[in-house]
Parts: sequence; structure tokens; C-alpha cells
Amino acid sequence: MFYREAGQFKTTYAADMAVFPVLQDRIGFGAILAVAYLVLPFASEFLLHVVMIPFLIFSLAAIGLNILTGYTGLLSLGTGAFMGIGAFACYKLTSIFPNVNIIVWVIASGFFAAAVGVLFGLPSLRIKGFYLAVATLAAQFFLQWCFIRIPWLYNYNSSGSIEVPERTLFGIPITGPTATASSRYLVVLAIVAVMTWIASNLVRGRIGRSWMAVRDMDIAAELMGIRLLQTKLVAFAVSSFYCGVAGALLMFLWYGGGESGVFDINQSFFVLFMVIIGGLGSLIGSFMGAALIYTLPIVLRATPAALGVPLRSETVDHLTFMTVGVLIIGFLVLEPMGLARLWQITKQKLRVWPFPY
Amino acid sequence: MPGPSPVNILYQVFIDPFVQMGTAPDLFVQTIWEGFVTGVLYSLIALGFVLIFKASGVFNFAQGIMVVFSALTLVGLHQHGLPAFAALGLTIVIMYGLAFGVERLVLRPLVNQPDIILFMATFGLTYFLIGLGELMFGGEPKTMIADQLYLPKGAIDLHILGGLVSLQKLDITGAVIALVMVAGLGVFFQKTRIGRALRAVADSHRAALSVGISLEQIWVIVWFAAGIVALATGVMWGARSDVSFALQIIALKALPVLILGGFTSIPGAIVGGVVIGIGEKIGEFYWGPLLGSGIESWLAYVIALIFLLFRPQGLFGERIIERI
Amino acid sequence: MRCKHLVLGTALALGTVAIIPVAASAEDSIYVPLMTYRTGPFSASGTPIANGMVDYLNMINARDGGIGGVKIKVEECETGYDTAKGVQCYESVKSKNPIVTTPYSTAITLQVIPKAGVDKVPILSMAYGLSAAADGNVFPWVFNPPSTYWDGASIFVKYVGQKLGGVDKLKGKTIGLVYLDAPYGKEPIPLLQELAKDYGFTLKLYPVPASEMQNQSALWLGIRRDRPDYIYMQGFGAMNPTAVKEAARINFPMEHLIGNWWAGGESDVRPAGDGGKGYLSLDFNVVGHDFPVMQDIIKYVVDKGGSQVASKADVGENFYGRGVLNSMIIAEGIRNAQKLTGRQVITGEDMRRGLESLNIDQTRLDQLGMVGFARPFRVSCSDHSGHHAAYVAKWDGHTWVKDSDWIEPMKDKVLPLIDAAAKQYATSSTGWPKRTEPCDKSS
Repeated sequence: MFYREAGQFKTTYAADMAVFPVLQDRIGFGAILAVAYLVLPFASEFLLHVVMIPFLIFSLAAIGLNILTGYTGLLSLGTGAFMGIGAFACYKLTSIFPNVNIIVWVIASGFFAAAVGVLFGLPSLRIKGFYLAVATLAAQFFLQWCFIRIPWLYNYNSSGSIEVPERTLFGIPITGPTATASSRYLVVLAIVAVMTWIASNLVRGRIGRSWMAVRDMDIAAELMGIRLLQTKLVAFAVSSFYCGVAGALLMFLWYGGGESGVFDINQSFFVLFMVIIGGLGSLIGSFMGAALIYTLPIVLRATPAALGVPLRSETVDHLTFMTVGVLIIGFLVLEPMGLARLWQITKQKLRVWPFPY
Repeated sequence: MPGPSPVNILYQVFIDPFVQMGTAPDLFVQTIWEGFVTGVLYSLIALGFVLIFKASGVFNFAQGIMVVFSALTLVGLHQHGLPAFAALGLTIVIMYGLAFGVERLVLRPLVNQPDIILFMATFGLTYFLIGLGELMFGGEPKTMIADQLYLPKGAIDLHILGGLVSLQKLDITGAVIALVMVAGLGVFFQKTRIGRALRAVADSHRAALSVGISLEQIWVIVWFAAGIVALATGVMWGARSDVSFALQIIALKALPVLILGGFTSIPGAIVGGVVIGIGEKIGEFYWGPLLGSGIESWLAYVIALIFLLFRPQGLFGERIIERI
Repeated sequence: MRCKHLVLGTALALGTVAIIPVAASAEDSIYVPLMTYRTGPFSASGTPIANGMVDYLNMINARDGGIGGVKIKVEECETGYDTAKGVQCYESVKSKNPIVTTPYSTAITLQVIPKAGVDKVPILSMAYGLSAAADGNVFPWVFNPPSTYWDGASIFVKYVGQKLGGVDKLKGKTIGLVYLDAPYGKEPIPLLQELAKDYGFTLKLYPVPASEMQNQSALWLGIRRDRPDYIYMQGFGAMNPTAVKEAARINFPMEHLIGNWWAGGESDVRPAGDGGKGYLSLDFNVVGHDFPVMQDIIKYVVDKGGSQVASKADVGENFYGRGVLNSMIIAEGIRNAQKLTGRQVITGEDMRRGLESLNIDQTRLDQLGMVGFARPFRVSCSDHSGHHAAYVAKWDGHTWVKDSDWIEPMKDKVLPLIDAAAKQYATSSTGWPKRTEPCDKSS
């Protein structure tokens, strides 16, 4: 009864295929956008810097990996390295051409990540499943080695790290130390929103459908006339593009400086968790997964102190690890299809409430 | 040093390493030995993966942390005052408890789910074990109780080939233990009732179920076996360096080994491990300096990748037949 | 794209979380957050440091009733040596008026350096982090006393020179650098390369990838092949004990293997057993618990059950002492800031002034009960490190013993590098603010 679409008629094909066919969804979506754009920028810096900005960036990376793993069915453990490519490409580009707007370079860095992604995606034609995952591990470790070994990437500076310069948009600094959390948040939000919109159209279109055909059964897809190599490589390219942009955002608009260690294998696993917990093959799942996996430890860490339980900081950390582990298993047992599926079930329940069906 | 002319580069890549092998054969033999020893340890980790993958189709990411956890439990219990062998016994009991818990709480509710979901569940297990291990025993590196377990110390120095080849007794023990374990597992698989049941399950879950084999029981057994293998690995690697959570990263090296050997083959895990171990050490030792060293971190994966391109199912893997 | 529903939900849920660390802006205490790591692969080094830092400040509270009559509110934030968690720590304490940031990780340091000047909270990275930050004119908010990694490397070369009977004897020798293949490990390379040119020794590099910390046999075979005369080790965490063990296995003489000061913890050599005997490490705090300051810590904190150390013997371990020294600098910075401003409760800005004009001389060390434990040191407005001497400690199988005199670094070699690196940082981070903070006279 809370969520009823009775009386909403679809009279055209276009209306039937809309992203939000139901009025309530449109209202809800509008409300969220309004809150995200109008209310949240005035939230506390802690909320923006520690929660919202990384949440959005990880959502973007999760969308990237979801395109590859969830939509095309190719398991990748190299997400961290592809994010690193984005960050280093953006750093090089903005230090070579400092006058071009940083937003241009953040987006452009995605193309570099895409190119490298295609290169490491080449074996995917012959290799499948967990075997492919190990091939992407090769990318992870090799690229990470490159980040350290090629001093050109970090402009030969002695600390071997990315030092984020100050860059402005419309005269307002959005990177560097003087950029406020709200301005960085708005930039990240805008980029993530636009790229999510593009992704949602991509996966609904011809390309997306061919990805899903390959995922469901690649031989059958091939017989139907889908060119496997091309489709898989496009998936690798688009996925790496998203990851690259996420990496550039991570370094430039969140950390504001750091070393290649943040793009290690753990980062890859981290994004993979988000995708699986959120729901394979679901964009909204990517957001949900990022929200859960990224913010869960923060909440858990704050809980004992908030409840006034005197625990040592390291004990809290150990318990956090254990709880996250248990919750991952718990969520999988509860709903192996991920949070996105849970959300669907909830909506269904809301629709018929108070009757069971 | 002459400039980097093409000829010079070719010389350094294709000739100089072999010249070095020829002029210092003792170092060459030593490198192979070190590679062999490392490879055996990789094999042991890979063996744990294979056991579980064969019987339950689960790609057990937690194998690495099981290595750390079991070794940590062993040392931790000893530090709490248990005699070494009592600690060893109790650790084995704990590993059985773990296998039982995993089967009951993770595998059973997730039966028949896609591979990737089960894979993810083992990540959850990994997190849990990291937290639990650190909570109980602390996260600092610990010294393996090698003396108390009567593991031999010192080295056998062979003065051969115009130089010195030093074989650590510990490494020899490690190789022997690995051999015994593989042989034991082989006998277990071939000759015992449970072993036959295991093989049946590996072939087809459904057929095995229909002839009355209890899947639950089999799963507990393989996870327990994998736990024992993990313990052996943890003891050996812990004695070589020390017991710390950083070991977990090395466990990832088992993945290229698996690729090489195939996910379902026990001999494949052994051969794959040794090939990767030796290939990696020789590559690092002779060709590493050309690239500024430290190529070990990715060389194994690249070796595996090259093999994969020619044999997508691994050296010993079962041939993948795809039907519509 | 119904995801936005969830965004809202999360935002609301987290809104409540954000309120949890309410700024209980205490007027009668000074808030000192300590970023520590007692978990993760590096916890072996992190735990004793954290114990030392916390215990010293607690001892000051218990013995003296705080500093200048104001209690210090000590709070640990667990980073696990992880950058993302470090960000969370930094942001979560920001609202509580912290007076100093102690990142205890190079990556976290790099990441908070740009923020220090904006948030007006000075960073104290004691002998780690960004070496270039020693230039106080470029980095007014960052302090890295008593020495930088470049000082350390030059002290190592001087020490080797002493052992050989003069730096001119270095000619024709081979020196190896075993290092963690990460920015931290690579730091000494430019200085060693320059010294290699100046003194005519050959520098060989042996990187240990972070994922191969416990798998170093090929690298040590390379060392067996190249036979370097001395090895400097810029290692960390689980890499160190493995390296010491491998060195013993190839019969590399331990007296020729010298770690930097972060490769000198008890946990770095103890796992190597007897094989580690004779291993050397740079150090700038003397090991032992006979110093009055350690006795006070035992009396006021450990005996009262206020410490997390496993046993009394842990007090006085090398990294424990390192933590004590770190906290002493914090405490003295506070005291100095109180003196400068005349206020009892100070802010981050005051703390910056207090640290900048810090001058711990012999009499002050005596008052602190630290004679023989540390050397006098001072920083200045232009020099935030001070480039002080270190000594070489030897592992005798049970503890660290002093093996050399205090050796001064080669300032003439180090300073130009610092200058160049600081300039490069300022130019590559366009918009890096010029120093506007006035300079106080040294106390």
C-alpha cells in the first residue's frame, strides 16, 4: 500500500522502458538528488570527507567492476591497479598540462586505464572463471611494481608519492589543501551521477545486452552472432575506465596525496566485496554494496565508544574484523543475490502490505 | 658498463645469465634448491586449495589465513603454557572444529549457490579468522616453536662444483613432510572408503548423493584435511621466517601454482608449485637485476599466464568441454 | 538508479554516527590524539611504540598532574597502518581540538601534510614521513626531529668509514641497500648514490617487494653472488626478521648488516634466534629501563596496572623507548607553548609555536630523567628536524647494546637534498602557501 503503481498506465514503449517507470520511484529519486545536492553539502566535514566522498568514489569503482564481473561475468582481481592507473595518469596529465581543467584530466585518465584494461583483458578470450581471476592478479602485481619502479610516473620526487596540486573549477579550489569538503563533494557527486546515468543506459542498451548474453553463456552468445573478443574487450575497457576515474577521484579529491600502496591487492578485494554484497549485475547494488562495505567498519568502530563500552582500540578493531566477516557470510546466507535483491523484495512487500501477496 | 645498445641488451638478456650459470654452478644449484624449497611450500598451500575445490567446488580464499591461523594457534597455545606437542594436538582439534563450523555455518546454508558467492563467503571467513586470531593471540610476529617440535636446525654444507651449496636441514624436512603428506593423501584417496567417497563427490555431487554418500561428512573431512595441510605449511614457513599475518599475502602465490597445475589435480599442485618456485627464483636471480630486481612479486603470475594461453585448463587440469 | 534511496538512508544513518564523537570541548584538558597501530602486519613495531607513547603521557598526568596543571587527555586511534583508516582517525578527532597529529605511517603523513596548515594542527612525524619536511620555511606545520632518513644513511656511511679506518677506505668497496620496495624504503637511495660518487664505493640495490617480505631467498642469493662489504637495511615489519634470518643462512657477517632505526625493534631480530646475534641497527634512544624516566613510568603507570605492556621487561625495549621519546617531544612542545603564550590550555597553533622553538638541552634532559637516554636536541624555524646524531646499537641475543659513539650526520650532503626536495614539493603542489607564520625565539 505504500508503494502502489495502480493507475499509472504506460501508453508508449518509451514509457515502458524508462529508467523509473513508477511515479513513486521518480519522486524518491528526485528527493534523494535534492538532498544530495542541496542539503548534504552543508553537512559536517566529517560526514562529507569520511563518509560521503569515499562512498561515492567506491560506488563508482564498484560500478566499474560490476560491469565486468556482474554484467559480463569476468571475475577480476585487478581493480586496485586499474584505479592506480587512473590516479597516476591524472597526476602526469595535470603536471604536464597544468592549465587544462582538472575535471578534463580526471575523465581523460579513465581512457588510460581503459587502454591498459584492454591489454590485460586480451587473455579473457581463452581463459575463464577463476583462471581469469589469476590473470588479472598478474595485472595487479605487475602494475603495482610499475608504480614504484617508474619514477617518471611520480615526477621523480624523492618521496615517491603523488603530491596533489591545487586546481580550481570556476575559481573555486577543488583539489589541494584549500579545497573545502563540500566543493569536493559536489564535484565527486556530479561526476558519479553523470557516470552512473551513462552506465545505466549502457547496460540497458545493445552493448549491455550483449554483455549479459556473454555472461549467461558465452558459446551460446557467440552462436547468436555476438563477437566474443570484441564484447569482452569493450567490457574490460568500460570497466577499467570507471575504475580509472574512481582512482583519480580517490587520489585527487579524497586523499589529496599519497603513495601507490593505496592501490594494492586489498583495494581490489575491497571493491569486489562491494560488488558481490551489493548484488552482481545491479547498479543500485553497487551503491548499496559500497555503502555497506565501506561504512560498516566505521559504524562498528564507533559503536563501542558510543555505547560507553570501554574497549581498547585494537580490540575494537579485531571485533570489527570478525563482525564484518560474520556479516558478509550472514548476508550471503540471507540473500546470495545481494542487497539489490533484498531491496527488490522489500519493495514487493511494501507494495502489497499489509497482505502477504 | 657499456651503454644500452641493442646488442648489449640482447647479450644481457640471452647470454649473460647462462654464462653466469656456467661460471658459478654452485650458485645455480643453490638457486634451484631455494626455488624447489619455496615451491614445495607453495605446493602445500595449493594442495589445501585443491582438496577443497575438488570436493566442494569452493575456491577457498581463506586457505592463506588458515595457514596463518593454525600456526598462530600452535605458537599461541604454546606461549600460554601448553607443551609443544599438546599444543599441536589441540591445534589439530581446533582445526577440526573450524572445519565443522565452516561446514555447518557457511557451506550448508550456501549449498548450490554460484561459485562466486561461495568464493565471497570464504572472504568473510578470512576476515573472521584475522580478527579472531589477532584477538586471541595478538598480531605481532611470533617465533615458530621449531626446537620444541624437534625440527632440525643448521645446514648441510656441500662443497661441490667449486663452491658451496648449503642445504638447510629445515628445508629438507619440509620437503620430506610435503612428500609424506602427498603420499598419505594419495593413499587415502585411492585405498580408503572415505577416499573413494571423496572421489565420487569430486566427480558428481548429485550422483554421489544418490548412492548414499553424505556430502556434509565429506566436506568436514576435506576442510579438516585442508586445515592439517595449512598447519604443516604454517609450521614450515613459520620456521623459515616467522609467524605473522603478512604470510597471508604469500598464500596468494598458490594461485598461479593452481593455474599451472589445474584446480583439481593433486600432482598438479605439487609439480606446479615446484615449477613456479624454481622459475621465480631463477628469474629473479638471473634476470631480475636487469629490471631493477623485485620482479618476484609478479613473475609467478606471468609465468602462469603464459602457460594458460596454451593450456587454459592448466597442465594437469581436466579438459574443459563446453556444451550448449 | 533507485540507489539514491539508499544514499539517503545511509546518509541519515551515518548522520547519527557523525554526531557520536561529540566535541566535548574540554576547557580544562589538552587533547592529544595518538594514531597508533596495534593490529595488522606491522603491529609488532606499532604496539611497543603505542605503549611507550601512551604510558609516558599517562605518567606525566599521574606524577605531575598534567602539564602546567592541565591534564592531558590521551586517546588512541587505531590505524592498522592503513591509509583509509588514518583518514578516518584524522577527521574524527578534528572536532575535538587536537593539538598535534602523530600519523606513524609514511603514507598517512603524506596524506595529512597538506591539511595541517589548513586545520592548524601541527604534525609531529618523529624521524619518519617526508624528509623534505625538515625545511621549516616550506613546511611550517610539519616537524620531523631528531633526524631524517638521509641523515640516517649518511650516519651509516660514516660508521662504515670508521670501521674501515677512514672514509677514504670506502673506495672500491661495495655497499648494498636492502629496502622495502615502497617510497619509505627507497628514500635513502639518492643520498647513497651521491655518497657513492663522492667516496668511490659501489652501491647495489636489493628491493624487497611488499608482498614478498617473507620470501627473500633469491635476493639473499644475489647478495651471496655480489658479496657487498656492508649492507644498509631500510626495512619494516615482517621484512626485518626474515632478512636477518636469511642473512644468517648465507653466512653474511651480522656485524656488516646495519638496519635503519625502524629496523631495530626487538621483534625484528628476536625471531632470528641466535642467528641474529651481532645484528646492528641505527638508534637515537638508548635501550634500558634504568633511566629515571622509565622508573617513573613503572612506578606511576605500570605498577598501577595502567599500561598495556605484557610485562615490566617490555618497558625500556627499544621501540617502547622510541614511543616515550615521541611523547616527551609532545609534552615538551606543550610546555613550551604554554610558556610562550601564557595560556594553560593551548591550541594547535600554539603547539606549532611550541614545537618550533623547542630546545631540549642537557639540563632539561636531566630534569626529565632522560640523561643518557636521549641526546639534547633542538629545532628551529628553518630546520624542523635538527639533523641530530644517532648511534649504532648491536643485538647481543637478548637486548640492544650501544656499539658506537653518537655519530653526526653529514649535514653538508643532506641539506642540499632537503632543500631541493622541499622546493620540488612546493612547486609541484601549486598553490602551496608561503610561510606566513612568525618565528619565535628558541627557548
